[in-house]
Amino acid sequence: MKETFRPSSAAQLREIVRLAAEGRIGLRIHGHDSKPGLGPPVAADYALDLSLLNGVLSYQPEELVLRARAGTPMTDILEALRERRQHLGFEPPDWSAVFGASPGRGTIGGVLACNASGPRRFSMGAARDHFLGFTAINGRGEEFRAGGSVVKNVTGYDLPKLLAGSYGRLAIMTEVILKTLPAPADAATLIVRDLTDETALRVLRLAAAGPLELSGLAHLPAGIGGEGARTVFRLEGPMASVTERLSRLKMQMQEYGPCENPGAAAARDLWRRIRDADFFVQDPQPLWRISAPPASGAEVAARIGADRYFFDWAGGLIWLLSERAADIREAVNPTGGHATLFRAPDALRRSLPVFEPQPPALAALEQRVREAFDPLGIFNPSIAGL
Amino acid sequence: MHCLKYGLTTNNLLGLELALMNGEVIRLGGRHLDAGGLDLLGAVTGSEGLLGVVTEVTVRILPKPETAKALLLGFDSIEDAGDCVARIIGEGVIPGGMEMMDRLAIKAAEDFCGAGYPRDAEALLIVEVDGVAAEVAGLTRKLRSIAGACRVRTVSESRDEAERLAFWTGRKNAFPAMGRIAPDYYCMDGTIPRGRLPEVLARIRGFSEQYGLPAANVFHAGDGNLHPLILYDANVPGELEKAERFGEDILRLCVEVGGVLTGEHGVGVEKRDLMPVMFSEQDLNQQQRLKCAFDPEGRLNPGKMFPTLHRCAELGRMHVHQGQTRFPHLPRF
Repeated sequence: MKETFRPSSAAQLREIVRLAAEGRIGLRIHGHDSKPGLGPPVAADYALDLSLLNGVLSYQPEELVLRARAGTPMTDILEALRERRQHLGFEPPDWSAVFGASPGRGTIGGVLACNASGPRRFSMGAARDHFLGFTAINGRGEEFRAGGSVVKNVTGYDLPKLLAGSYGRLAIMTEVILKTLPAPADAATLIVRDLTDETALRVLRLAAAGPLELSGLAHLPAGIGGEGARTVFRLEGPMASVTERLSRLKMQMQEYGPCENPGAAAARDLWRRIRDADFFVQDPQPLWRISAPPASGAEVAARIGADRYFFDWAGGLIWLLSERAADIREAVNPTGGHATLFRAPDALRRSLPVFEPQPPALAALEQRVREAFDPLGIFNPSIAGL
Repeated sequence: MHCLKYGLTTNNLLGLELALMNGEVIRLGGRHLDAGGLDLLGAVTGSEGLLGVVTEVTVRILPKPETAKALLLGFDSIEDAGDCVARIIGEGVIPGGMEMMDRLAIKAAEDFCGAGYPRDAEALLIVEVDGVAAEVAGLTRKLRSIAGACRVRTVSESRDEAERLAFWTGRKNAFPAMGRIAPDYYCMDGTIPRGRLPEVLARIRGFSEQYGLPAANVFHAGDGNLHPLILYDANVPGELEKAERFGEDILRLCVEVGGVLTGEHGVGVEKRDLMPVMFSEQDLNQQQRLKCAFDPEGRLNPGKMFPTLHRCAELGRMHVHQGQTRFPHLPRF
């Protein structure tokens, strides 16, 4: 990397992008750089640091909407929401520790660009579902807006969905508009011990299909977090509702294994660890993030045969440590799901596709869509062939 | 009507099969929860048939809530009802449904199907809460207390499922009910920030006087989606044109207060020429470039959504010259 640009206004950013386009210069785009090594390896001469484009611009709790510059630290956003007893429904994870960055870093732009979503994703939707609008700079150095600041909006194409999870490869967001939600007044966690993966995922799906409105459905096989197998349920809402639902869930689960309620602090910490894939922070092995139909989760994990892995989203999300890349994609492909090489040494990331390879027609369409936003391929250009 | 709590179509869609204009058939998403590549599923949803032909869909199914209860809250003014909506959400309640009707809509619906609405109210809120019994009971108490603080005039609470459904019949028949009081109606669809409702309805009343056409208002209050129904008679020369201008003024107003041109019905041909009210030329060019990536010859639904059609070749051109500078004046780290 030759140098890092650090624009302090959208106008400066526009100029940098225009000049980069003129010179066909690739830019490695980041906020706090809290997830270095996520996504395909970038071959760029210059870095673009967006962290000075920060600040909450407006927050109207009664309208359930917050507008912020894309480089705003997540800690600032979560603090502003906490003061008004609100939160982001998709439970944004903090993956900085997994990538060896200092904890508590990360910007809202980075969270959205990765569509990063926590355990509540299963019931409340992903980051993309809470992303209402944005202002961004395309690869021509032009500023454009899409979406709006209201939830119900079908005016024009839903470009916020497209930018969410685009890993900075379509456009550089400068401002974002998010839907906020009231934070639940109460929460309870139930742990059922000693279930096999298959039984655990079956009871998680059973609970999810019932009327108890679970907001967390995870399974930690034996050894994850240094304990025996734990199947973990979370209920959130008004206090009376949580009490009723918890007692019904307990009755339902007693026949499967010993049940227990951890205290509030222990439960919060457990869900944080699930959210952030924190069990795998210290491990040198490659970390995979697998998205599969929840009903296929146990089967996929069994076919891969890894030693260390766990499930979130009722089995729809598998975090897994393994050196055997080929086995993983072979196990996931038949389900229609996909596997991301989430964290790995550079050498491995250069020899393996980080994201699941797409069928040719879809890959060609994705390339045309990328060119529609960044015709010269200057945003986060990947090393050839990846 | 339930999207504040349960999300919109796009939030409940898992997968699509899509035929592209080059004859290829692709699958986007599937039975898993997030996209493996770019979220083209999100971009295609609500694209009004401009990007491809959807041939199969996979949707997410949710368990039906065990219990649900509806409250009818009658108010003396739109302001009080609007205040009540803001306070309900401010108190952390996300109802399963929250609908508002104004006086003309209440009266027409009540005449049409006798749902038990208070005829003398200026504004009616229908608020539904759902979930397990303890939750519904608790939220109902909370709603009653919030409504009380907002000067509610009449409160009815559904006692059973039949009554809950009856409460909804008036709202759900609001459109046909208009047919009894006017030969034609023009239904508008815009979204506004919830808090601007009283002001927007007051200005719609102003337009109504200006054009000499009555308008009834039904409103998805939970999500700010406004449906003014402009009443007119197409047999009277000039009334249709007046109704259309009236509608256009309402949509411009929605954008002016921070809202959007369409909440759920789409742009199509009707609102195409209003797109520049909400988007700049650059915004629209970027949207059209997405269209070009899917359908470079513009064969799918030509004439919809975009007020000015550009050829894809023209939009694809880049006017840049080989740069000489190495950015001497830009800030570095």
